[in-house]
Amino acid sequence: MAKDLGIAVLCSLVRPEEKMIFDAFRARDVDFQRIDDREVILDLHQMSLPYRIVLERCINHSRALHTLKYYNDREVRTINSYDTANICGDKLLTSLALSKAGIPIPRNLVAYTPESALLAIEQLGYPVVLKPAVGSWGRLLAKINDRDAAEAILEHKKTLGSYHHSTYYIQEFIDSGNQDIRAFVVGGELIGAIYRKADHWITNTARGGKASKVELNTDLKNICEAAARAVLGDIVAIDVFETPQGYLVNEVNYTMEFRNSIAVTGVDIPGKIVDYVIECAG
Amino acid sequence: MSDPNTQTQCPLCAGEFALPQGAEIGELLDCGECGEELEVISVSPPKLKQAPEEEEDWGE
Ligand SMILES: [Zn+2]
Repeated sequence: MAKDLGIAVLCSLVRPEEKMIFDAFRARDVDFQRIDDREVILDLHQMSLPYRIVLERCINHSRALHTLKYYNDREVRTINSYDTANICGDKLLTSLALSKAGIPIPRNLVAYTPESALLAIEQLGYPVVLKPAVGSWGRLLAKINDRDAAEAILEHKKTLGSYHHSTYYIQEFIDSGNQDIRAFVVGGELIGAIYRKADHWITNTARGGKASKVELNTDLKNICEAAARAVLGDIVAIDVFETPQGYLVNEVNYTMEFRNSIAVTGVDIPGKIVDYVIECAG
Repeated sequence: MSDPNTQTQCPLCAGEFALPQGAEIGELLDCGECGEELEVISVSPPKLKQAPEEEEDWGE
C-alpha cells in the first residue's frame, strides 16, 4: 500500500514536468492527490483541509497566488508559499527582495511616468532593457538602443495604457554574449544549472535557446542559494548573468520548467523535488 | 487489430491516435498526424480534446 502523507499536487494541464513529478511519487510509493485548478472551488468558510502539504505547479499565476494564500491561511504548507509566488510573480518585488538581501543584481531603475522613465533610461545609459513588472518567457521585453527608440517605445506604452505598462522597470543591458545561466535550487540547495545560449539576447529556452551544462562552483552556489532564501523559495529557478565582475541574479522563477534540463545536467530534477516534498511532509 | 481500450481519434484531424501506456487525465500529448496539442480528458475509454491555450503563465 502506498504511503499517505497528506500530499497534494495543484496543477491544471499535465505537462511533461507534472507527469515526471507524478511518476516520481509513484516510484517512491507515496500517494498524492491531484487538485486541478480548473475545478477548484475555494470555500472561504471551510477552515480545515484534507491535505497537509501542497506542491503547486499551476500555469496560471493568479490562480496559484490566490489558492496558495487560501491554503497558507488554513495552515497547509505549500511549496512554494504564497509569499514566494507573490514575490517571484513580480519582477520588481523580486529585485527588491534580492537587493535588500545584498545579492548582486543588474542596475535597475523604476519610474511611473514616460517622462521620468526617459530620464531614468538616460541616467542608466544605452542600451537598456525595459521590462514589464509581470510577465514571463521573455515576452514584452524591449531592448532600447538610443533616445529615438526610447521615446517611441515610451509613447507606445503610454498609449497601451494598462496597469502593467504604467510601471517602467528599466534594467541595464548586460552583454553576456546572448547567454545566461538557469540554476535550480531545491530545498535551499543548488542541485544543477544550465547555460542557455540563444541567437538573440532573450535566452529563454521556451524561445529556442540552446542548453548546456554548467559545472557548479562555490560562487554560483552561494549566490543562487542566497537568492532562493531572499524570496523565501523552497523550489525555484534562478536566472543568472555571468559577467567579468561576477554573477548577477536577473530573475527568480517559482514554478519552473525543467524538461530540457534533466539530460543536460544529469540531475534527476523531478526526483529531487519529490524527495524534498516528502521530507517536508514527514 | 486496433485496441479499443487505447485507440481513439484526434478530435482535430480525425487521425488514429493510440493513448500511450500510463497516460493520465489532463496530460498533454501531441497528435502524430496534425501535430496539434491534445489534452487527455478520459483514459478509459480514451478521449481527447484540443488542449486549451495556457491562459497566463506569469509565474515562469
Ligand atoms: Zn490530429
